[in-house]
Amino acid sequence: MASGSTIDALGQFELHPIFGSFGEALRFSQAPLYMVISSAVVLAFLYVGMKPKAVVPGRLQAAAEVSYDFVHGLAVDTIGEKGTSFFPFIFALFFFILAGNYIGLLPFSYTFTSHIAVTFALAITVFIICILTSLRFQGMSFFKHFMPEGAPVALSPILVPIEILSYISRPISLSIRLFANMVAGHVLLEVFASFTIMLAGLGVVGDALAVAPLVLNIALTALELLVGLLQAYVFAILTCIYLREAVDH
Amino acid sequence: MRLTPRFLLSAAAPLAALPGRAVAEGMPQLHFKDPLLQGQVVWGAIIFIIFYLLLSRSALPRVADVIKARETRIQSDLDLARRARKDADQAQKELCEAREKASEDANATIQSIRETTRDAIRVQAEETAARLEAEIKNAEAQIILSRNNALNSINEVASSTAVTLAERLIGTADQKAIAAAVERAHAAGAEHVS
Repeated sequence: MASGSTIDALGQFELHPIFGSFGEALRFSQAPLYMVISSAVVLAFLYVGMKPKAVVPGRLQAAAEVSYDFVHGLAVDTIGEKGTSFFPFIFALFFFILAGNYIGLLPFSYTFTSHIAVTFALAITVFIICILTSLRFQGMSFFKHFMPEGAPVALSPILVPIEILSYISRPISLSIRLFANMVAGHVLLEVFASFTIMLAGLGVVGDALAVAPLVLNIALTALELLVGLLQAYVFAILTCIYLREAVDH
Repeated sequence: MRLTPRFLLSAAAPLAALPGRAVAEGMPQLHFKDPLLQGQVVWGAIIFIIFYLLLSRSALPRVADVIKARETRIQSDLDLARRARKDADQAQKELCEAREKASEDANATIQSIRETTRDAIRVQAEETAARLEAEIKNAEAQIILSRNNALNSINEVASSTAVTLAERLIGTADQKAIAAAVERAHAAGAEHVS
């Protein structure tokens, strides 16, 4: 928030307990609240959309079916036949992040995907599921992948640590990508919004000038809509790619 | 506030100072000791697991059921249409075959009737011809018989006439001589005639 002549662009990410003493006792902040809201919106979208069970679907049912088909196609096309069993997880991941990103764009709301702790928790879940899947489908031969095939054995002291490092960096890059995108977008929105307020305080000239950051913010909101979808998609498709490696190799 | 250089500087300062501030106060996201931040992860895990379970057990199967039911219905409708078309094709084929067969039968019947009629006519004509032939022959025989009879009775009639004439003329009549004379005359007449 703009206070005086300074811009507090990061204050928006602070967590506050909600519902009074309940929130304080159970460490329940806005983030979990918006997680609940996002999940509820997605579930309501599916339940209400599929309620008619029509052979010829209406708009909402068609939208629900399209989102189902989209994620199903994503999972099965990328992971392969075994992708069907991972499909609910990919669906949950994609729509949890997408709803979080989009609901966070509403004024006075909160974006839980702008917290590295949340995105890292999601990424580490994907990472652990990938490792467990790899061990289940490949057994101990999973560890062979850390030594690239055909590489000279002499290079293994260098190659194996690099491969392990690159494997371990997956959840980090996965989580930081989403987190950084969300933070950057919301900081920009906040900064330009603050400019509007500051310039509006300058009188007639300022009122005229204040339109510029406002217009920019509208454009930024459009951009954020794109980024929000794109980041959810990237998170989901990278999860699919990691799972395919776990299933296939 | 006035649009003074000092204000512009102060307005621009936060942008430049942003990273510094972030380091100074820290991003709230990096306050890992914040109990609310820790709670957020725990709550997030709980919410995500419930979300996942609801999706995988209830919401997504519902969508899948509807999509599958539609596919099944479309498939069954297509099968039905395909079967109906097959039946129609079969019926048409049968109709064509029946028509061809009926046409052949009709031709055969016409042919057989024509032949039978022709035979019957021929037989009838032959019979008629034979009957006529026989009647002609019969008639001819009758004529010859009548003629012969007539010719035979001429002598008698002539003899009796001659006898009667002779008796009237001369009082007596030699019947035998007269018969012989008549016979001779008749023979001569017959020669003459023939």
